[in-house]
Amino acid sequence: MSEIIASIGFLQQGPFSIPRWEAVFSNIDVLWAGALVTLLVASLGLAMALALGTVIGVMSASHWKLPRALARAYVEFYQNTPLLIQVFMLFNAIPLVFPGLFIPVIVIGIFGVGMYHGAYIAEVVRAGIQSIGRGQLEAALSQGFTYVTAMRYIIIPQAMRIVLPPLTNQAVNLIKNTSVIAIIAGGDLMYAGDSFAGRYGHYGPTYVIVGLGYFLMCFPLAVLTRRLEERTRAA
Amino acid sequence: MIKLVGVNKHFGLHHVLKDINLEVPMGQKLVVIGPSGSGKSTLIRCINMLERPSSGHVIVDAVDLMAHRAPVAKVRQSVAMVFQSFNLYPHKTVLENVTLAPIVVCGVSKEEATTSALKYLERVGLREKADQYPAQLSGGQQQRVAIARALNMHPKVMLFDEPTSALDPEMIQEVLDVIIDLAQSGITMIVVTHEMGFAQEAADRVIFLDEGSIIEDGTPQHFFTNPQHDRTKLFLSKILR
Ligand SMILES: Nc1ncnc2c1ncn2[C@@H]1O[C@H](COP(=O)(O)OP(=O)(O)OP(=O)(O)O)[C@@H](O)[C@H]1O
Ligand SMILES: [Mg+2]
Repeated sequence: MSEIIASIGFLQQGPFSIPRWEAVFSNIDVLWAGALVTLLVASLGLAMALALGTVIGVMSASHWKLPRALARAYVEFYQNTPLLIQVFMLFNAIPLVFPGLFIPVIVIGIFGVGMYHGAYIAEVVRAGIQSIGRGQLEAALSQGFTYVTAMRYIIIPQAMRIVLPPLTNQAVNLIKNTSVIAIIAGGDLMYAGDSFAGRYGHYGPTYVIVGLGYFLMCFPLAVLTRRLEERTRAA
Repeated sequence: MIKLVGVNKHFGLHHVLKDINLEVPMGQKLVVIGPSGSGKSTLIRCINMLERPSSGHVIVDAVDLMAHRAPVAKVRQSVAMVFQSFNLYPHKTVLENVTLAPIVVCGVSKEEATTSALKYLERVGLREKADQYPAQLSGGQQQRVAIARALNMHPKVMLFDEPTSALDPEMIQEVLDVIIDLAQSGITMIVVTHEMGFAQEAADRVIFLDEGSIIEDGTPQHFFTNPQHDRTKLFLSKILR
């Protein structure tokens, strides 16, 4: 066994050598801590993205001109600029506008991914609402529902079933995108990996493990997405 | 009860309703007949403002729905509509379909809404389907549920837009029977239909719409035996053949 290992060159020297793996595993706590921050940012960011996305999606599917225009502007802005720059702006611009206001980096991360994915979720929600036949809204209105109560009781519950698979897909993207807060020293899994790897040069094993960490967080959601898609198709 | 005064409707350049004047007294059973595209659906949809006329007045229960800030949603509670394509709420059970609006819109208690819903489901012969979903029902059954849903609002007026046109032939009669039964009650009914037998049996007035104008208005007997216009005669000769 040890002879076989000894004969494998890349385990003896270079970026993936055994001593590097050992060094990473003996410091795995650092990565654990980062993973917890990533989970925290992802779950709160997702909650924010869902809330924002639902409100903005309903606004952009509505027949009211002003809310629709505002929703469109929001979506276009957030979808057509890089998340990296948005997070960087939040980090640097808020102290300029509100001097002395201290915002923890984690909160900036939550707002960053929350607002960015809120725009994508808004589009998913809008498409879902628009896929519900016009007859449903007309039936509700003809019974005396207002536009808002018709949305609440008739349209949105039906749209939600349709948008569930694309929503979980958004959750996967959101988890991966939390890694951008590494550039503002976010303390997340990516940042933990970066700084640890940078300190000792153990890039190879560190990024393999960090990547695996993201995979373990995302893969269950990806499986869920596929299940939901199958269920939607069967219905 | 219902009064349309000088109602016009344009879709873009298309003049679909042309100066419609129509008064429907309380309790009347009015049947609207006319060729495809003559504006029947548009006319009936103007009565509950699903379509907003380009000009004119739509007065329902003494409220002018064309007035600024008219209480349209409030008036719609007492003007029920039955659609050609049923439009049941697919995510709700039959019972929920029938009780939802009374509870949410009218603020009726759940118990009360359920009691009356079961009564109306009984009346349309579908009480035992209360816990099923619309997709589990046949077209004829869905339309009867839609009628029960409309009735559970305790409406003063019922609007039917070709309620049997989307049905397989063997299901048409079960739905017509329910509507004929309703016509025995005091409720005001406006029915767009191609079912001439129904018009003869249940209507006390028939209007004929052609290219957006009412060109015939009278009793069913008058309409079927003594129509005034050549276009009506042509239409009848085609449809009664
Ligand atoms: N939303 C709309 N936009 C544009 N044109 C419309 C719209 N709704 C109806 N029309 C047009 O108005 C005319 C009248 O339509 P309407 O549906 O009232 O006719 P109808 O008498 O109900 O016909 P049918 O027997 O086929 O149901 C048709 O030429 C139709 O194409
Ligand atoms: Mg029609």
